[in-house]
Amino acid sequence: MAGTVTAAQTVGPFFSIGLKHLYVDDLAPLAPLHQKISMHGRVVDGDGKPVNDALLEIWQADAQGIYAHPDDVRNNEATPGFRGFGRIATVENGEFRFTTIKPGRVAGPDGALQAPHLLVAVFMRGLLRHLVTRLYFPDDAANASDPILERVPEARRATLIATKSATALEWNVILQGSNETVFFDY
Amino acid sequence: MTDVAAYRRPHKGTQPEYLHPPYVSARKRAPMQPLVMQPHTLSEVTGPLLGADALRPEDNDLTRQHAAAPLGERIIVSGRVLDENEQPAAHTLIEVWQSNAAGRYRHASDNHDAPLDPNFTGAGRVLTDNEGRYRFITIKPGAYPWRNHPNAWRPAHIHFSLFGRAFVTRLVTQMYFPGDPLLSYDPIFNAIANEGARNRLVADFDWDTTAPEFALGYRFDIVLRGREATPMER
Repeated sequence: MAGTVTAAQTVGPFFSIGLKHLYVDDLAPLAPLHQKISMHGRVVDGDGKPVNDALLEIWQADAQGIYAHPDDVRNNEATPGFRGFGRIATVENGEFRFTTIKPGRVAGPDGALQAPHLLVAVFMRGLLRHLVTRLYFPDDAANASDPILERVPEARRATLIATKSATALEWNVILQGSNETVFFDY
Repeated sequence: MTDVAAYRRPHKGTQPEYLHPPYVSARKRAPMQPLVMQPHTLSEVTGPLLGADALRPEDNDLTRQHAAAPLGERIIVSGRVLDENEQPAAHTLIEVWQSNAAGRYRHASDNHDAPLDPNFTGAGRVLTDNEGRYRFITIKPGAYPWRNHPNAWRPAHIHFSLFGRAFVTRLVTQMYFPGDPLLSYDPIFNAIANEGARNRLVADFDWDTTAPEFALGYRFDIVLRGREATPMER
């Protein structure tokens, strides 16, 4: 058992003490204004109550679809200054907001390109292990052939795709119920 | 481009289930629908590499962040972060947070009637070295009551947050102390079905880490997910 992965435990309600030093709600501070996207949403529990003590972490590629990571073979062409990491806590009404850019397409299994997406990790009191989901963009033709979305039952795919609101994109994390967000076995 | 080398999936019972009913907060927050199995793509096998820019000099000594020393029993916590293939997780960020010696967190939502300590924040950060080793100084956190069930008390613990090299190696866990009688009553600790996996969250008292006439030492080793195999070509 020496090589067995250490078990996860919940972040609990007081994670801000240790994690707020790295709160990042603008993932692309250097990007031109016209590329920036405002994303907002809520985290909601099984009673429909807002979750005001959740933490979201975002990981995404740059506008060209390159990750700021040495395992991306195109890493040396990555956008300077773009890290692709966000960390946002929900507030009193369960809301979160962040600003980013739409990532480019990234390679998927068997050479198929993935549709633009963000990875989202969800932490909170009550989650013994964090959840992982994905956020896709509305009106993107590539969604129809995305190799990961294809694995999601069709009726549930919409939970992974943001919707347009007046000035921004909206995407919610629904923990339970008829509209439960799709979470992945990662 | 060829497929990426995936990370191993956890052995059954070695990670907590999302829904462990004795942990009351899980009942309305754990997903009810089955998780969707997904292959690891470049998105999952990359991840934020947060480094020295996230650290200040006092971050690895929680007893030296204020004008005076905090109250409580000073301790040293050290260990090694490896992956499942026994490769060190080098230069990876560890974030820790904890209650003070009286069992009180410096947080607006903690209303436990125990004193705050003006000399203790309870937040620390450290980067692992080339061999995956880390070390920080703190005070031993106190146990504290919570409302999960009648007369519920959390065993003393330190929260740990680690990244590793990939989005799927991310780990948030808690380190416990050996011999704590509260462990057998704690639904969060006992949500891990496998006894061996559970007990590896309990640090060992360690003479090698103990500093003479200064502080007792505890050793807490951490294993992150490792890759199945290396890619055939890049």
